[in-house]
Amino acid sequence: MSARPNFVAILITVVFALILTLLPMPTWTVWLRPSWVLLVLIYWAISAPHLMGIGTAWTIGLIVDLLSGTILGEHALAFTLLIYFVSRLSLRLRMYPLPQQGMSILIFILLYQFILYCIQGFLGELPTSNLYWLSSITSVLLWPWLFVMMRDFQRWFRIM
Amino acid sequence: MPVSAGMTSKEQEIHTIRSIFTKQSQSALQLFFLIALSIVLMVMDRHVDKFRFIREALSFPLAPLQYAVSWSAKQVSYLKKTVSSHDDLVQENVELKAERLLLRAKLQRFIAIETENNYLKTLSQSSRQIQGKTLIAELLNVDSEPFVNQVVLDKGMRNNVYIGQPVFDAYGVMGQVIQAGPISSRIMLINDPRSGVAVQSVRNGVRAIAMGDGYSNNLKLIYITKTADIKVGDLFLTSGLGDRYPEGYPVGKVLSVSKDPAHQFASIYLQPSAHLDSSRQVLLVWYQKHVSTP
Repeated sequence: MSARPNFVAILITVVFALILTLLPMPTWTVWLRPSWVLLVLIYWAISAPHLMGIGTAWTIGLIVDLLSGTILGEHALAFTLLIYFVSRLSLRLRMYPLPQQGMSILIFILLYQFILYCIQGFLGELPTSNLYWLSSITSVLLWPWLFVMMRDFQRWFRIM
Repeated sequence: MPVSAGMTSKEQEIHTIRSIFTKQSQSALQLFFLIALSIVLMVMDRHVDKFRFIREALSFPLAPLQYAVSWSAKQVSYLKKTVSSHDDLVQENVELKAERLLLRAKLQRFIAIETENNYLKTLSQSSRQIQGKTLIAELLNVDSEPFVNQVVLDKGMRNNVYIGQPVFDAYGVMGQVIQAGPISSRIMLINDPRSGVAVQSVRNGVRAIAMGDGYSNNLKLIYITKTADIKVGDLFLTSGLGDRYPEGYPVGKVLSVSKDPAHQFASIYLQPSAHLDSSRQVLLVWYQKHVSTP
């Protein structure tokens, strides 16, 4: 099997996640938007760590920075660190039952939000409300569904 | 045969172990390198002015994605509008007509005042133009992180948008262009902590600078002495002194004034006049203060 179809499959999921990140939502959901791109990256880092390197994570983070207008390198740094940890633990995470996996994901997303929070703090542009941390809860609630859908997608593309 | 097979399997094992270790150390090195690169990027992005060209160049290929998302969101809202009932539309039409009549009546007065003002300004040899070229732009229907006070417009350098250009909505000053791509541009809203507007009180002409306040999403007047005559409800307009925004557009109303003896200056917050989070159509204004009128 060549590496090309795998690359295309990952690209499709990432573009889809980027669209979900940009999609306008009602105002009351402002703080509830899950970190779609990170969830997709974590999925690939767990199920196919040889395909999702930290270089890829860094590049995608840079794209998120450009799209969301944050300082260049903010999401790139957070994604790189997170994907590094996840791919180091990928064997273990793959074996976990879903609830335990969900807990680990919660910790990862909180770490991600904490990194962003620190960088925003350095810039003096902290989020205006503590609802900021709610996004990790919605991310975790969506994780099982995302996991199942992505697994089907992966099987459909026959990525091992 | 079995011996050689054993040898090869052992060799293989050593090889895999070695590859695992080298791979891990490589990836740690890579991690360190990428983190350092991110930090360098962040520092450059904040402190090197020329860096924004790189940012513009990198953002350009992503504009189609923003357009695609915006277009699909617009289709959805259009669909919603088409299924809204006839009565609603009639009602809205009546209201809009009434509003139009009112605005026209006001405008007639303004036209007279503006001609008079222009005449007086030419008399006093003022170099300031009261009305420059304007263009209506639409916000792209894309969301960004909730702590980022920026929006994306559907007009870019193709429409001669320039960096630092002032942007208004129907109610007041929105912000200024900070990044102009070929087909889209990014606006920093006035409630961003990096934004500052030179303002002047309508009631008594007190001048001040309104900075964005990252914590409350409002504006804050800086360096105002406690003896200054500013009350809750005062309206502040742009004073035109900062060379960025033309004179006389509403910026905000005073929300609270507190004169804490522990602080050297009074802390005064403004509620922005512009609807920063709900306006969809905005006005780009070509404003050069030093353009002289013949």
